[in-house]
Amino acid sequence: MTITSTGIEGIREVSRRFPDSEHGHLEDLRDDPIDLLHRVRAECGDIGRFRLADRDVVLVTGAQANEAFFRAPDEILDQAAAYPFMTPIFGKGVVFDTTPEQRQEALKNQALKGEMMRGHAATIENEINRMVAGWGEEGEIDLLDFFAELTIYTTSACLIGLPFREELDSRFAQYYHELERGTDALAYVDPYMKGVESFEIRDAARVKLVELVQGIIDKRHARGKVAREDRDLLDVLISIKAEDGSDHFSAHIITGMFISMMFAGHHTSSGTAAWTLIELLRHPQVMSGIVGELDDLYADGPDGRVEVSFQALRSIPNLEAALKETLRLHPPLILLLRVAQEEFEIGGHVLPAGTMVGASPRVSNRIAEDFPDPDAFDPGRYLDPNQADLQNRWTWIPFGAGKHRCVGNAFAMMQLKAIFSVLLRDYTFEMTQPSETYRDDTSKMVIQLARPATVRYRRRTR
Amino acid sequence: MNVTADLELCQGHQMCQFEAPDVFGYDGDADKVVLLDPHPPEGLREQVSRAVKYCPAMALSVIELAEMPAPNNEMEAHD
Repeated sequence: MTITSTGIEGIREVSRRFPDSEHGHLEDLRDDPIDLLHRVRAECGDIGRFRLADRDVVLVTGAQANEAFFRAPDEILDQAAAYPFMTPIFGKGVVFDTTPEQRQEALKNQALKGEMMRGHAATIENEINRMVAGWGEEGEIDLLDFFAELTIYTTSACLIGLPFREELDSRFAQYYHELERGTDALAYVDPYMKGVESFEIRDAARVKLVELVQGIIDKRHARGKVAREDRDLLDVLISIKAEDGSDHFSAHIITGMFISMMFAGHHTSSGTAAWTLIELLRHPQVMSGIVGELDDLYADGPDGRVEVSFQALRSIPNLEAALKETLRLHPPLILLLRVAQEEFEIGGHVLPAGTMVGASPRVSNRIAEDFPDPDAFDPGRYLDPNQADLQNRWTWIPFGAGKHRCVGNAFAMMQLKAIFSVLLRDYTFEMTQPSETYRDDTSKMVIQLARPATVRYRRRTR
Repeated sequence: MNVTADLELCQGHQMCQFEAPDVFGYDGDADKVVLLDPHPPEGLREQVSRAVKYCPAMALSVIELAEMPAPNNEMEAHD
């Protein structure tokens, strides 16, 4: 094989469904991003290209190109500038004196270390029990509302602290959801573009979140200091004073910090929980295998009943396989982006500084050579001795890959195992609408379940 | 079996230490895994497999020693 080194023009550009758009493929991305991303691979191969406003985006798929993408150092492929739609969500003018990499590292060290998982597992079990406490014998839930609210409580409790979580109710979840909805790809032209309704709702929601956090801060000041073991991250932040004795961090900045800490773990876990339940309802045999597995694990033994918080940290093979297969088919993030900080060579092409480079979990997770019958839901892919995830480390990428592989993935898997341990132990579920009508709303960069998406539950009889 | 750790990928979660403490250690300064025993005995296979499976960074691998092929190697047949 001869290696030909070309510039970016040597990379084929994908076709357009909106040829009259002045922003390249922006309308393709807003209208049907999944179709656009799959089309890049179908038309261009492992390395293809589309235009996003005034930039080229080089999209790589397949093990070889993905590995080069995910192994590139931060100085070459940087995350910070790749997601302009996040700036208004964290807050305009909120400047963190750390890079995204340092924030991930800090998050891992503060809250996601292996040794802290036990406490988190107990916290999560408690939060699920609280969510279902008012369920009664049977009823109906909206999957988006239910899991989005649950995961607001679990992420705030585990990452910020229990006292802060106790101050939250469904309003916080509602406003947070409105922030997530404010991620229209129009942000690649201008994140503050006038006349975009979802941006206006986003900015109003952020103001309301700051008001809620300000209210909590005011209560803390009125209450005064508490013992060290009862403090949470908010107490620590408001104890830092400026020279004139006032708080160093405003509610605006603290809210921005909390939003950014919770963001990566919220819509991702919420969406995965919803899709797992939908896939299990679509595949009753898989469901009954998992219910049987959980019944065995949580049966009363000689030492009493096993706690969910204990078992969620241990192996639950069939449930884990179903979670992995759900993540493969419905990765919460379909496009991971970086910006080349200097010339970057990939697959024989030299990309100039400023080029955006992307990898797509949605496309790579369904490459037929790596995942035979790629659109089929088949948890058997992960059961021993098949380990489709480990065998395809650079194409099984729902959590990304490489040095920036999601630091919260063990937390996420534990949380999902805890959620389904409680739900499937105590309830049965059924669809309330045709199977194919459960689908994602992909009109925003943050993908969420499209409404309606409801299910019926009924308490199990033993 | 031959155990390898990709230090470029390791994020220092220390999960492997809990699964297979005789095989994996931790260097706090580097925040990286340390391979205590790159050729662990067969009796530790289950522990090591769990460590590989549950590594949050997918940084660990088991490579079978080439000079010890299984008598009836099914993996090869599939290839």
